[in-house]
Amino acid sequence: MIFFDRVTKIYPDRSLALDQVTFSVDRGEFLTVVGHSGAGKTTLLKMILVEERPTSGAVYLDSTDLRQLGRQYLHRLRRKIGSVFQDYRLLPNKTVFENIAFTMEAAGRADDDISSDVPYVLELVGLADKFWNFPNQLSGGEKQRVAIARAIVNQPDILIADEPTGNLDPVNTFEIVQIFRKINDLGTTVILTTHNKSVVEAVGQRVITLENGRLTRDDKNGRDAL
Amino acid sequence: MLLNFKRIVKSGFINFWRSGVVSFASVVVLTATLFVIGGLYLGQALLISSLETIKEKVDISVSFQPYATEVEVMAVKHQLELLATVKEVSYSSREDELADFKKRNQDNNLIMQSLAEVSNPLGARLNIKAVDPSHYENIVNSLKTEDVLDSTGRKLIYDINYRQVDIDRFISFVKASGRLGSAVAMALIIISIFTVFSTVSLAIHVSREEIAVMRLVGANNRYIHGPFIIEGVVAGLLSSLLAVLLLYPAVIWVREVTAVFPERLDLVGYYLNHFSTLFFLLFGAGLVLSVMASFWAARKYLKV
Repeated sequence: MIFFDRVTKIYPDRSLALDQVTFSVDRGEFLTVVGHSGAGKTTLLKMILVEERPTSGAVYLDSTDLRQLGRQYLHRLRRKIGSVFQDYRLLPNKTVFENIAFTMEAAGRADDDISSDVPYVLELVGLADKFWNFPNQLSGGEKQRVAIARAIVNQPDILIADEPTGNLDPVNTFEIVQIFRKINDLGTTVILTTHNKSVVEAVGQRVITLENGRLTRDDKNGRDAL
Repeated sequence: MLLNFKRIVKSGFINFWRSGVVSFASVVVLTATLFVIGGLYLGQALLISSLETIKEKVDISVSFQPYATEVEVMAVKHQLELLATVKEVSYSSREDELADFKKRNQDNNLIMQSLAEVSNPLGARLNIKAVDPSHYENIVNSLKTEDVLDSTGRKLIYDINYRQVDIDRFISFVKASGRLGSAVAMALIIISIFTVFSTVSLAIHVSREEIAVMRLVGANNRYIHGPFIIEGVVAGLLSSLLAVLLLYPAVIWVREVTAVFPERLDLVGYYLNHFSTLFFLLFGAGLVLSVMASFWAARKYLKV
């Protein structure tokens, strides 16, 4: 489904973020990417969202070479991918309901779908009573649940999560991981980056390890190389 | 398409309302800019009207000899009216001149007694208005060089009253005020446009993170841009309304200040008569300014 073919990324300041990285992800897989800060995990996810493009090598999503994808087509690609970030990235001037509805509206979904699906996903992440709250009225864990609800509401093929538990306490971390597992069980491919050992153990599936931009391990059984 | 448009409009209004302070700042700056533009528009009307009034007051006064008959004076009048540079020639008979003279000197007993002892010593008069102030000199020169004589060869014209210096000064004033007015207007408009652009850019700069998130969740550029444009439209509409209303006390103040000038333009009347023109001018300017600024500023952050 996703194929990284000898991908190298060098930023304009000459720092090497990824170095000849090659791996593939199958449909329905739950992949955890581990590595220390600066190992290249975020850059790897940015390549999938085409926030960044490879300096050399190629990234394929199904049969599409993402390197060749024009800027005007990016929104269509991104509608197939749900994304969750460590800093939540919610729209501060919109309520919980509006934050999630925005993603559906942007995809051209009908008002009826929005009225039925938004409450459903909020129920799924345990926030049915926070419809009309603004992000600044929520705790870190609640914000991350809203971000997850927003990421899955369009039923994307892939869910990518960049350090989603980085700002959360252990209880919230565990609950968020359980939500990801549930989403994966429903058939969505999940790619999650973390440097938290307990997250890797809680997921218990395939883990790849990045060190200084190089892919150093690919463990099918969820063994943590940290 | 229609659904998207409806959502964009709704979102624009909601964003404008929720952005509170930022929207308020944009409206204040835009109102100030539109107030300046409206003030320049009214100032220009005032200047043009003042110049027209002064223009009307400038003329050449040609006094004829007492022996010049009405037929002879009317012949000169007819000749002058044929000139393309002459706008209007008015005739004042000897009797009119005497009556006018008596009226002006009714308190001077010596003059009144002298007049009683002699027959009418005054000649008829022609007042000439030129099409343009710059033509006066040529008209005077032609009257001076071509001797206007009666059938016996006597000069018919007694005196040509034309204040060369005043007219030259007036022409210079007209030209200079036109140039100065244009320069000041341009400078003010350019400064105002930059101020509006900076304020709107700043407002959108605050939203740059939001724009990036919208891009990442799959919104296309039009869907992201749209609400910012609508916010610009709302700000433009509100500001033009505010500016046009604020101009009302300003024109009343100008009327009070210029009350000493007897033949000034009734600026309040002008404002009320041109209210719709002024409003649409300011609304158009506000719309163009804020929408262009929103469009340009949002574009900068749409490259994610």
